[in-house]
Order: sequence, then structure tokens, then C-alpha cells
Amino acid sequence: MEFPILSAITFIPALGALIILFFPKERVNLIRWFAIAVSLIPLALSTYLWIAYNQSEGGIQFVERYRWIPAINVWYHVGVDGISVPMLFLTSLLSTLGYFYSAYTIHERVKEYYFLFLLLQTGMNGVFVALDFVLFYVFWEIGLVPMYLLIGVWGGKYREYAAIKFFLYTLAGSVFMLLAILGIYFTTGSFDILKAAEVHPFADNFTLASLAFWAFFVAFAIKVPSFPFHTWLPDAHTEAPTAGSVILAGILLKLGCYGLLRIVLPIFPEPFRFYAPIVAILGLISIVYGAFVCMAQWDLKRLIAYSSVAHMGYVVLGIAAAAASLNFNHPSFKESAAIALNGATMQMFNHGIITGGLFFLVGMIYERAHTRDLQVFGGLGAKLPYYYAVVMITGLASLGLPGLAGFWGEFLVFRGAFHIIPYIAAFGVIGVVATAGYILWKVVQFMFLGPFNEEKWGYLTDMEAFEKVTMWPLLLFMVGFGLYPAPLLNIINTATTALMGKL
Amino acid sequence: MDILSAFAPELALFLGGLTLLALDMAWRRAEERKEAVILSLAVAFTALSFLLLLLFGKVSASPLFGMLASDRFALFFKGLVLVGTGLVLLSSYRYLEGHTPYRGEFYAFFLLVTLAILLVVGSVNLLMLYLAFEFLSLTSYILVGYLREEGKSSEAAIKYFLYGITASALMLYGMSLLYGVTGTLYLTEIGPALKKSEVGGWLAFPAMILLLAGFGFKIALVPFHQWSPDTYEGAPTPVTAFLSVGPKAAGLAVLMRVFITALADFQPDWTALLAGISMVTMTLGNLIALRQENIKRMMAYSSIAHAGYILMGIVCMVSGVASNFTGLNGVLIYLMAYLFTNLGAFAVVIAVERAIGSNRIADYAGLIKRDPLLAGAMIIFLLSLIGIPGTGGFVGKFFVFGAAIQMQFYILALVGIINSVISAFYYLNVVKQMFFRPGDESPISVSSSLRWAVVVSLVMVFIIGLYPHPFISVGTEAVHILGSALF
Repeated sequence: MEFPILSAITFIPALGALIILFFPKERVNLIRWFAIAVSLIPLALSTYLWIAYNQSEGGIQFVERYRWIPAINVWYHVGVDGISVPMLFLTSLLSTLGYFYSAYTIHERVKEYYFLFLLLQTGMNGVFVALDFVLFYVFWEIGLVPMYLLIGVWGGKYREYAAIKFFLYTLAGSVFMLLAILGIYFTTGSFDILKAAEVHPFADNFTLASLAFWAFFVAFAIKVPSFPFHTWLPDAHTEAPTAGSVILAGILLKLGCYGLLRIVLPIFPEPFRFYAPIVAILGLISIVYGAFVCMAQWDLKRLIAYSSVAHMGYVVLGIAAAAASLNFNHPSFKESAAIALNGATMQMFNHGIITGGLFFLVGMIYERAHTRDLQVFGGLGAKLPYYYAVVMITGLASLGLPGLAGFWGEFLVFRGAFHIIPYIAAFGVIGVVATAGYILWKVVQFMFLGPFNEEKWGYLTDMEAFEKVTMWPLLLFMVGFGLYPAPLLNIINTATTALMGKL
Repeated sequence: MDILSAFAPELALFLGGLTLLALDMAWRRAEERKEAVILSLAVAFTALSFLLLLLFGKVSASPLFGMLASDRFALFFKGLVLVGTGLVLLSSYRYLEGHTPYRGEFYAFFLLVTLAILLVVGSVNLLMLYLAFEFLSLTSYILVGYLREEGKSSEAAIKYFLYGITASALMLYGMSLLYGVTGTLYLTEIGPALKKSEVGGWLAFPAMILLLAGFGFKIALVPFHQWSPDTYEGAPTPVTAFLSVGPKAAGLAVLMRVFITALADFQPDWTALLAGISMVTMTLGNLIALRQENIKRMMAYSSIAHAGYILMGIVCMVSGVASNFTGLNGVLIYLMAYLFTNLGAFAVVIAVERAIGSNRIADYAGLIKRDPLLAGAMIIFLLSLIGIPGTGGFVGKFFVFGAAIQMQFYILALVGIINSVISAFYYLNVVKQMFFRPGDESPISVSSSLRWAVVVSLVMVFIIGLYPHPFISVGTEAVHILGSALF
């Protein structure tokens, strides 16, 4: 038997969480370093996975399949393709960095904190590997609970409100998905996601297909979050502890995008083709509206939170463009669709790296100044040069400067979408301009330029060693994939071309 | 002899109840050791009864005197209720301390009320059914009003009693209608006789509604639910815990047995009726639960809501050849998961009540620091009640919703789903207090038997949630006999 690498990546964090339960809660340092050590295993394994994934062969690899609930034909079925592999790596990386950063910043209820965080990691990894609907749903919902508690216990002033809002929104979305999953089961006789993608359930009944499509779409759109389902996000992001915001923006939002790519597009191409304009416009609104709302924010964390809405809009736009391409019967449209999907997936990965980094940076200034109000800062550039430099790089990556990672996702999405849905894509460019506006004007100018208030902020110190260590890997990927995106793009491309080929 | 051995569990409970009563009277001095001994005996008799059920609980072809069946369906409910009684007994140790000096016979009544349920779920004759039902009611009234010095307990018992006798009377009226039309008391004969009878067609419907008043009272279906919040709040908490599963399971069992065997020809009528009741029950239960500040009242309304979900399984029943979502098995699977979830949650409520003397949800603040096991277990039970995957509650919901989707009762499924989301709000309110709010941090003392009840429930909630296969099989086999009667 082969080594079950995917199960190992998925369940080792949960195993670590269970072990932590037996540690005495006073031994906080032991708990912290144990959690970090545990998280290095999935990080190493997912790095290996990226290298070992056979790109020339493509498709689903490293499959594990065992009977789970024979009575209703549910399988423990996991496997990965070129979309899941980078996502698993992203999850492992951000989790490790989150544990590391938290080791220095979380001092209350440390045992519970790491227990929940490790459990969350299992939930997220599980979603990226599950190929059975019931398994997928289990992982999808399991992640909800630790995040709810992380926000509610370690969050900011309005944490209770933000936590319950997050929970109810996500739950409301996913329960509709559950009904659709059952519907698929009764038409195909199995919970197999890959089989459903071959059979296209409800293909003969457009009404039912539409219902199932929207049930899935809403569940995923809430998680993305796409306008108009985004209102939970600013609250949750703003109130969550730093590492929680990093995970929320870095990975949890990707679960929604991943659902669109893994389930909605392959299984419901027909209704998706039909409703693609609506979805594309939702993506467009997210981009433009999100960016303009950012302009109006004075709370730095809220600003970054809304920027996620905008950035995820590109992903939705890319996927909608791919679905819209099915309206045209010409190979060039297939090609553009694959490009748009490549862009969407790259955007998912890069946004995780970049916005994850931005949330760490917000946490760092908040730890020092105990405020995130942009109006009270100014001139920090001279006082905190290292911090200034890191924020500049990350901010420029976020606004999509060529040469940094953020550029590729947006570029490829627009490259694909311009061919398929030119007018919507053209409006989307407004968002790119607005992004430059709020990053440069709001963040850079208000924080780092202008006169410095020596009396008030004289005590501020520059980045400490652990903060630098937290940011280095992220900066490395921002610059690395910015200059040489091929390793990321190639593996994603194996999956997206295969996906478009089947539709 | 064979047929008698099939009823060995009932005999064990009967003997146990009498022994405990005698022992209580003979042993005059009320002291702590006495309670411990009597409670241990009560647990032992329950365990013995369960053991006998496993050993001799064979499916016998003919009912005892034509009255009491020992089929898989009855065996399932008997096993379920015995497990429930065991858990309740474990969590009730020393509960009565400080409440009342009469602490011995309490446990004897628990054995007798369990016996009553065992008789109810096996009844295949209207007369037997009525007698067993009354036996169940009388013993429950006594248990609810057991703390007679406390006003709330007496009020609870009076309210339960008044509603109860009314419901019984209505049910008896319904039974007499059926008997009058068909001339038989045997459930299996009522169906064919109704078909033949000229007036059967239009008398069956009122009879059905009257019967439903009796059964619905025990299950706490809207509009027969009004007694439950006050009774749940006033009754001794172990009794509340028991009421939320024992009589509820009994009511559902007879509802299924009577409607499916005797009233099969009127399935379209009662399906529509039950579908309406199901939707109203879950919605009303959840909406009122939102506003409760006392955890026992909240659990009462939540339990009303769960009865609504469970009913979906009966409404959406299918022949079940093609798939394993027969609806009826959903009812049983749901009940199994609900039993452990709810009794576990009540065990925590009992522990907190004993420690801090309050049932206000606000007083759960900071429980995670006072007792991490209790708070940790409670959040799992609450998540199971919401229906989060990984817990037993999800499996139960999965099967009833699955049946609804299979039967294309989309509206019913939709109402159920929306209700699940509403319910999350008030369940998480308890989590919020336990985990987010600061409170008293002094550790609380919990008896080890109660801790065991919590741990067993917790483990079972996870086992059903993560490896549901055996439970699905048991549930599916148990309803097979009903399914074959209908299709």
C-alpha cells in the first residue's frame, strides 16, 4: 500500500489537536512549539506533493478510496489535481506562519487556541482533497466551528456579533447545498463528485438543474464572498485575531472559489452557461464596489477586509467568463476560458499569500499602537523603515504591480475575460485603478508619509525578529512567483485545461 | 415459555420496581448510603433488562395473547428507552439531595415508567395500548411532581396531568370510534375491516385526529405541546431529561405503528395532516425557543422543534427498495442520535444546576474555565442538535431531509433547513455564554456517575456521527416490518 499522503496532510493537524488536549494548560510554550512542529509535517508533505504531482499526466492523483457508509454508498474518497495541490500548500504554509506568529502574540487560553486552530486546518485541507459529497460537506462544516470560537473568544470588541454572523451566514449557505447534494444523490445514485461531473445530473430538467445550481452557488458565494453575500466578511475579518484574519482571508475564502471550480462549473455547466452573465456581473460589482468601499475606510483592517471582496471578485469574474465561453462554439473561446480559469486560480493562491501578509502587517501595527485608525498615523516611514518596506512590497503586490505575484491572477483573468465577455471585463478595469488608489493613497500616504507625530508615536519600534520571520516566506513567494510564475501556472494549467476539455 | 422469555426485560423491570419500593419502605432511615444502594440497584435492574433484551429479545411470530408484539420495531424502541433510562439514572445521583427527603422510591418509579414504555411500544391491540399509555402517563405525572414541596414542580405536575387526561380522553374517543366501526381491537384487523365498512371512510378521519391528540401530546407536537415548557421547567431535571426522550419515543412508536398498520388506506390524509403539523411544530418550537432565558425551557421548545423534524421522516416515507432513505428509518436514526445528544446535554444541565443552583442561560458564563469537560461536551451536544456534520445529529437530519428530497417534498425540506439555521442562533447563545463571557472561575464538583453519563453520551454522539453504518442498519431493519405492512 502506498503512503496515504493526503490523509496524512489532512488529519495530522487534528491528531496534534487531540494530543494537545492532554497537555497541562500551564505549559504554554510546550503547546505553542508542539503545534508549530506538528504543522511542519503537512507543510513538508504538501511541498513534496507539489513536486511529486505528475504534471504530464494531469488529472486526479494520489487517490485513496475506502467504503465509509455502505448503506448509502458514501465513500472516503480523496484525491488532488492541479487546483488542489497549490491550495493544500497554501493552507499548510499560512497555518504554520499563523501558529508561529500567534506564539508571540496570543497569551490567553493558549491550549484552546491551538486546539481549535489545528482542528480548523484539518477542516480546510479536507475540503481541498474530498471527492465525495458527504465527505466534502463534513469538512466544509467542520471548519465553521473552530473559526466561530476563534473569533468569539480571541476577537476584538464586537467579536460576539461578528462570530454569530459568520456562523449563521455560512450555515445558511451550506444547508441549501446539502439539499442539492441529496438531489444529486437521488439522480446519480452516488455521492461521487467526479461521477456527478461526468453524468451532469438534472441535465434533462432545467428547472431542477437551476435550483441545484443556485443552491451550490449561494453556498459558495457566501464563502467567497461575492456581492451581495459579503456583509459578514468585514465584521468577521475586523474582529478576528490576527492569525484568524490571515486564515479567513488566506484560505477560507478560497474554499468558496474552490467549490465553484470543483463542483459548480464541472457538474452544472448548462445552468452555469445560462446564468453566467448574472454571475459575471456579481463578480464585477464585487470588484468595483469592493474597491470603492475600501477608499472610504479609515480602519486599516476593515480596508484590507473589503479589499478581499474586490480581489475575490476577479476570481468570480474569471470563473463566470469560463462558463460564458460555453455559449460560443469556437476553440479560441475554450482557450480563453482556460486562461481565465488559470487567472482565477492563480488569484486564489496569490491573494492568500498577499492578503494573508497584509493582515499580519495590520496585526503588527495594532500590537504596537493599539489602534488601526488611519487618520492618527502619518510619517511612520522614517520611524519604521523595515515595516514600511514590507508594507510597500505587499501593497504593491496587492494592487497588481507587474513583477509581483498579484499581477498574474488579474492579468490572466482579464486576458481571458476580454475575449469572452468584453464589456463586463472592461468595467472591471475600474477596480484595478481604484485598488491602486486605496493602497497608495489610503494605506501608504496616511500611514507612512507626511509629518510624524513624535509625541504620540515616538515609542513605536520597528519589526521584531519573529515578525520578520513570519513575513519572509510570504515576501519570497510574492517576488518569486511575480518574476517566475511558471511553477504555479503550469500545475494549475493541467487542471483547468482538463476541466474545459470535458465541458 | 418461548413467548414469555421474549418479555423477560419487562419482567425484570417490574420485579426491580417492586423490589426497590419494598426496600425503600423496609429501610426507614433516610441516609446517603441508602440512596446510593437503591440507585445502584435501579441501574443494575435496567442493565439486566437490557441484557435480557439482547439475549432473549427474539422476534416472535405471534404477539403475546394477541396483545403485545415482540417484533424488531418494538425491540428497537425497547433497547433505545432502556439505554436512555440508564443514562438518566446515572446523571440523577444526588440530584434530589436538598430537594426532598423521600429519595428512594424516585428510582423505583423510573423503572416503572420505563416498563410502561416497553409495554406501549409493543402494543398491537387498542385496549392494551390504552392501558399501557395510561400507565406511562400516571408514572410520569408522579415523577414530574416529585418535589412536592416546591411550587414549580407541583404546578408542572398539575399542568401535565390536566393536559394529559384530556389528551387521553380524546384518544380513547378515537379508539372507540375505530372499535365501533370495525368491531375489533387488533391493529392488524382494523385496516381490512375499515375498508369493508361503509362508514369507515368518513369516520376514520375524525378517529385519526382524535388518536393524534393522544400521541401528539406525548410527542409534544403543536398544537398539543402547551404543557411541555412549564412541565419541563418545573419537573426535577432528570425527569425532564427523561421526558424529552422516553415518552417522546413511545409516542412516535405508536403513531407509526397505528397509522401505518391500522390506517394504511388513509395514508394520503394523514400524510398531509402530519406534513402541516411537522412544519408548524418545528417553526413554532424554534421561534419561541429563541426568546428563552431558562435553559430547561429552551430545551423544551427545542425538543418540540426536533419532534417536527422527526415527523418529516413519517411524512416522507417511501417503499425503500431503491435507496436506504425510507423516511421511517430516518425517524429511528434521528431518535438514536437525539437520545444521546439530548440526554448528554441534560446531564450537563443537571451538573450545572447542582453546582450553582441555577438554570438561567446567563449563569453558564465562563463554564469553560470552571469545568472544561462539561463545557466541551456541551458544545458538541449543541452542535449535534444544530446538525453539524461529525455528530450524530447530522446523521439524523441527513436521513429525514434525504427522505424529503427523495419524495420531492421540497417545501418541507426547505422549511426544515431554514429552521435548522434559526435553531443555531439559540443553541449558540449557550455556547456564547460558556466560552465567550467571563464568569465565576471556581471549579465545580460533579459526581463521577454523572461524568460517566456525559462521557458515554459524548462518545456515542461521535460514533453515530462518524461511523453511522451499524446504526443505519439497525434502524432500517427495525422499520422493515412496518414498511411491509404498507407496501
